[in-house]
Order: sequence, then C-alpha cells, then structure tokens
Amino acid sequence: MHTFDLTMDRMTKVEGSAGLEVRVKDGKVEYVKFKITEYKRFFTKALEGKPLITLPQLLSRICGTCSNAHILASIEACEHALDIEPTPQTKILRDLTMDGLNIRDHALHLYLFSMPDIVGKDAFLDFDENDPWQHQMLHDGFEIKAAGNFLATLVAGRSVHALYPVVGGFTHFPDEKGIEEAIAKLKAAKPAVLRLIPVFKDCTFSFDRKTNFMALVPKDKYGFIDGCITTGTGECIKEEDYRSHLEHVVLPYSQASAYKHEHGSYMVGALARLNLAKHMLHPETIKTLGTTLDMFPSTDIFRSNLAQAVEILHCLDHAVEVLETYKFKPEAVIKKSPREAVGVGVVEAPRGTLYHMYKVGSDGVVKQGEVIVPTGQNQINIEEDIATLVENLLQTTTDKDQIQFEIEKLIRAYDPCMSCAAHFLKIKWKGV
Amino acid sequence: MDSEKIKIGWFSFSCCEDNTVVFTELMNDHWREWKKIFDFRHARVLKSKNILDELDVAFIEGAIASDEHAEKLREIRGKSKKLVAVGACAVVGMPAGQRNYFSEEQNKEIEFLIARFSALPKVMKVSDVVKVDAEIPGCPMEPDKFLSAVNGLVAELRPSLIQV
Repeated sequence: MHTFDLTMDRMTKVEGSAGLEVRVKDGKVEYVKFKITEYKRFFTKALEGKPLITLPQLLSRICGTCSNAHILASIEACEHALDIEPTPQTKILRDLTMDGLNIRDHALHLYLFSMPDIVGKDAFLDFDENDPWQHQMLHDGFEIKAAGNFLATLVAGRSVHALYPVVGGFTHFPDEKGIEEAIAKLKAAKPAVLRLIPVFKDCTFSFDRKTNFMALVPKDKYGFIDGCITTGTGECIKEEDYRSHLEHVVLPYSQASAYKHEHGSYMVGALARLNLAKHMLHPETIKTLGTTLDMFPSTDIFRSNLAQAVEILHCLDHAVEVLETYKFKPEAVIKKSPREAVGVGVVEAPRGTLYHMYKVGSDGVVKQGEVIVPTGQNQINIEEDIATLVENLLQTTTDKDQIQFEIEKLIRAYDPCMSCAAHFLKIKWKGV
Repeated sequence: MDSEKIKIGWFSFSCCEDNTVVFTELMNDHWREWKKIFDFRHARVLKSKNILDELDVAFIEGAIASDEHAEKLREIRGKSKKLVAVGACAVVGMPAGQRNYFSEEQNKEIEFLIARFSALPKVMKVSDVVKVDAEIPGCPMEPDKFLSAVNGLVAELRPSLIQV
C-alpha cells in the first residue's frame, strides 16, 4: 500500500501564500494540513488602543484584493457600535462598491487562476492569440476586470483600499460623466460575461460531497451587505443577533479541530450564496440565464466557479440599473459621539461571510477586536475534501505530480484568500 | 540580445499583496504590450512553473519578517540586474511592521508567536537588507509611478523594445 508525504511549500494562482502537507499511510490519508506560509502582521492586536473610526482604513490592509469588503464590514461594525443608521443613498453606494469588487475579484479568479486549468496552460497570459477562442478569452478577462475596476474607482475612489466610504457615509459622489462611462463599460463587458458562463457551466471538473452552506442573505433582493445569516434550514440570524452567532457558532467552528467540530461542516462563498438565494438575483440575470440556474443548489465545489460567473452577471446588471436610474446628491457624513458598546459588522466578501467585531469604550478607543474571514471558515471543508480527493485518486494513480495538480485545482475552486487567512487560520502542528 | 524580452520577477513577502492586485489591474490596459516585451519568469499570481535564474527586473512587495525572507531576498538580488521595491511595506516596512511599534505589554502577548515562527525581532524594509534601484511608494503603490518606473527600465535595458 502507498505511504508517502506530500508537501507543497507555496501554492500558485491563489490569493496570498498557502502551503499544504498531506501524509498518506497504507493508502489512507493520515492528515491534511492547509498551512500558513506567511508571517503574522498582528492586526487584531494592533487595533487595541486606536480610535474606533480609524479601523476601516487600518483593517483594509489585512488583504489587498478583499480590502473593500474589509472596509465595509469594519464600517458596519463601527456604525453598530456608534448607533449610526446609514442613509438610503449610502446603502446604494455600498452596494455598488460590492458590485465593483465582485466583478473584478471574481474575474481575476476565474480567468487568471482557474481557466488555465481548463485550457491546459500554465498561465492565462500563455493563451494562444492565434486560437480565436483563447484570444477572445484574453480580451474578455481583462475587459471585465477593467469594467469592475472602473466601477469601484468611480464609487469608492479606488478598487484597493477604497478612499470614499467612511463611518457614517461617503466623502465623494459619482459624477455624471463617470456614471455614463461606467454604464458604457459595464454594458460593453456583458457579452464577455455571457461567453464566460458557459465555460464554467460546461466544465467537467467535479468534486461532490455533502456539506452545509452559510451566507448572509438579504430579505428581498440579492446582495452582500444586509440581511440575515442563514443555512437554508429556516433559521434567520438577524443583525441584533450577529454577536451571539459569531461567539457561539462561527468562532468555535473556525477554531475547532478539523475532525471534532460539533455543528457539522459548513462552507461560505459564492456557491453558498447561490444555493441559498438564487431566486433573488437581478430579474435581468434570471431572465438571461434561464435553465443554467437549475444547476443550483449544488454540493459540487467546482460549481463555485459557475456561481462566481453568475455573480459577475448579477453585479453588472444591478450596477447598470442603479447607475441608470438613481440620482446621486452630495450628503453630509453622519457623526455621533462614542459610547461604550460592542459593534459587529457582517458582509458577504467575494469569498464568503466576513465578520468584524469591536469592543469600544465611552472614550471612542477600541479595547479589543475580532476578525473572522471566509477562508478561516472554509478551512475544515478544504482539509476534509483534500483527504477524500487523495484517497479517491490513489485508487487509480500514484503519480505525485498528478495528485498535486488535482489538489491545487480543488483548492483553487475554493478561491482561498491567504492574505486574509494568514492571521486567522488555526495552526496545526506535526504529530498533533 | 537587445530585442530579447525583459525577464521579470514579482515577489511577495510580508504584506497584503495589494500591489499584486494593482499590478493585475494595470494589466487590463497593458497586457498586450507587456506580453510582447516581458517574460514573466517568476510570478506566483500568474503561473505555476516559476523559474528563478537570471532576471532583468525583480519587483519586491512586502516587508522582511524572517531570516528566511532575508535570505530569499538576497538570492533574488544576486540574480537580478535591477531590483524595485513596490508599495509601502517594501519601501518603509509599514504597515506589515506595525509590531515594531507595539507597547511592552502588546509585545509580551505576541512574543510566543514571534518565537514559534522564528520571526525577526524587528520587521525590516527591503532596503535594510539589499540595495534597491528604485522605489514605488504608496499603499497600494501609485499606478502612475509604477508605469513610469517600468517605462524607464525598458528604455534603459532594451531601448529597441520601446517601439513595440
């Protein structure tokens, strides 16, 4: 029987720096360790003693690609602590910030990280420009990314570490010319999105297993900021109960030993959102996709790629509708005096549910904070899935390169973000 | 020789990789021209088969947090004609190095982690470890300064490629 160790020091085509250790004994996987290969930067320690309102910009630096999601989660936590209710326009601008983020971030993952595995190339830039389809994909990928980047820049000031969203509102508002240009770019990118969706719909990669899904699901329409946290079994954890959910379910789960958690595995991300809320997608998206949406709910992790492609279309349709109909007006930022409180902010980041919690004193100074990232929640699922995958593969192959490639493909489907997770993934030790 | 593609490496140390994201966003407008003039030899965000042999330009983001980082950075320096520090963590060591400014009490609470990961007592900026030929400041790096530095390097290393 097969006995070997497989070590991957630094995975490629994922966000940040991830490693993996797998030990196989007599054909059985003894352990899988999805590893931190990055050095801690101690953000949840650094926030202690800082003024509450400085946290969104500080914690944005946890992760470049997810930065705008961290900013919005952080702002929400601060606003809950300060008892600030944002205006309807602020909520709309935040929705648009999320649209821009999802369009550019999902496109980065689908074209630059995942598509090379389908085409059998090492890199997206290696696609053959003499092959009409590959040439088209190259153009499409960068066009969609650029449209999302433009939208994020127009609404939030930057697509990385956004400047305009602050606690209590926005400091800058989209202008007519920028809005027109954004609409044109988003509409021009739509045919590219419609070419992307069949690529992941028809992709035959598959890894199916039973797990639970969790996401923040809005009341009436698909979104990433408001709503209740649900697993699709009828319960609805509302905003006022975020703290108890975070402390009683999410924290124990994300710190659990992979094989001894009490609540059963769950995963977060685009697949979870689509599984739980596909009926709330933008009407235009639903109309365009037709029977493609019948593929959800799905327990196949590779369907997460299709879910991301669907979300790109939704974000594009939603953003175009809002930009064409809403009239933006300058508004003052809402300010309130600090009070002793605990604030929890929850958003759906591109990779799943993201929690920020701060305890603040009456002087407005932060005493303590907690950040729980999507990849921290998905870690248990990732490790369990790799163990099953490797045991399945060993039935037909012992080629380590092949096994390694299949593992990387699976991990990429989860779209893990190690810049985020480096600071929060639980640490496991050899022999433990 | 003069018309050979410019060999590029992109390396990330301790940081949030925001410069990598800015770099991939700049690619939206520049990928056609970069595909013609750059040979991306080592860029983990773009490809799996990465080679560290002789580079024309190495871009370094992130601060240096361990001896292992410092060793790797010296190896890259030794193999690169030009080395460019990109973004605040590489250029000034912050915010990745925020623990350098922790209080005594905060330091006590993290010292077991510093020891466990064999991290350096103080996080360093890139120029603390190797000679740096150019710096692109900003958090994230400023796109226009990055582009003008890239254009300057192309003009210096392969003037014939500018017409492409």
